[in-house]
Amino acid sequence: MLLAKIYVTLKPGVLDPQGEAVMGGLKAMGYEGVTAVRVGKYLEVQLDLDDRQEAGRQVEEMCRRLLANPVIEQYRYTLEEPAGLSTEESPRG
Amino acid sequence: MKFGVIVFPGSNCDQDVYHVLGAVLGQPVDYLWHGDTDVAGYDCLVLPGGFSYGDYLRAGAIARFAPIMPAVIDFARSGGLVLGICNGFQILLEAGLLPGAMRRNDCLQFRCQWTYLRVENNATPFTNRFREGQVIRIPIAHGEGNYYADAATLAELEANRQIIFRYCAPDGEVTPAANPNGSVGNIAGIINREGNILGMMPHPERCAESLLGGTDGRELFASIVDWWQRGERLGA
Repeated sequence: MLLAKIYVTLKPGVLDPQGEAVMGGLKAMGYEGVTAVRVGKYLEVQLDLDDRQEAGRQVEEMCRRLLANPVIEQYRYTLEEPAGLSTEESPRG
Repeated sequence: MKFGVIVFPGSNCDQDVYHVLGAVLGQPVDYLWHGDTDVAGYDCLVLPGGFSYGDYLRAGAIARFAPIMPAVIDFARSGGLVLGICNGFQILLEAGLLPGAMRRNDCLQFRCQWTYLRVENNATPFTNRFREGQVIRIPIAHGEGNYYADAATLAELEANRQIIFRYCAPDGEVTPAANPNGSVGNIAGIINREGNILGMMPHPERCAESLLGGTDGRELFASIVDWWQRGERLGA
């Protein structure tokens, strides 16, 4: 069993209206030091797989085909044992 | 000419499109369920507006993998006429049948209002009843219509005259103030290079009868029927 923790974010340079609005809110609250906010998505995908290489291959494919839109988004993920003992960052996003 | 209107779970403009094609234009039209896998016998497929699969993840992202989509993609790639309206446009983008992607409206509001559009190219199956440069009035209703394409894609769209509609002022001037969602180049609708797949955010089915405040949308659907009845075919 493996747990993929996937982060999908807008590519740099792609306008993020949500992030802009959140930044406006933070500034209105008095956090004047905030200079940028980007909003992304976080997904947890449980896999009934023990082979990390195969799990990585499948998660890559899921990200490319559905979870991220490569036109405007990038992704990165970690694969963890359910206990969360080891963490492995994907090489690319 | 036979039309198919594809119904996804969460489509909500399917009945409006069906009404316009059947009752207003008198054409044969069927609903096609997203779980079907066959589109044989249809001359034009319409992907209607709505919130397919709740717009979860991204608008159109999950609908793009509906059972009917491989048949729609085959139909489109072999030159069949496909019209995607609003959520239908988003699905066509996610399916890769049209280039680019949708971002959330820059104003962050869901915009439900009339818009003016300039017809940039009338030499298509979908716009031949309009004049080039004509200003038409069609309503929008969306929260994610902020069309994005990178600079290279945008240049290609321009060069091949694939930008079909731009948001404009009532006098036809394309201005930032006339843009309801922040889309690049004020883009409201684009066509594929071959000219058989049109995606647009505005809703022509909502203004196809004078009772509804406008009939410009009717001309778009009537263009398709005229084009077909004249015997025109792409690549012929």
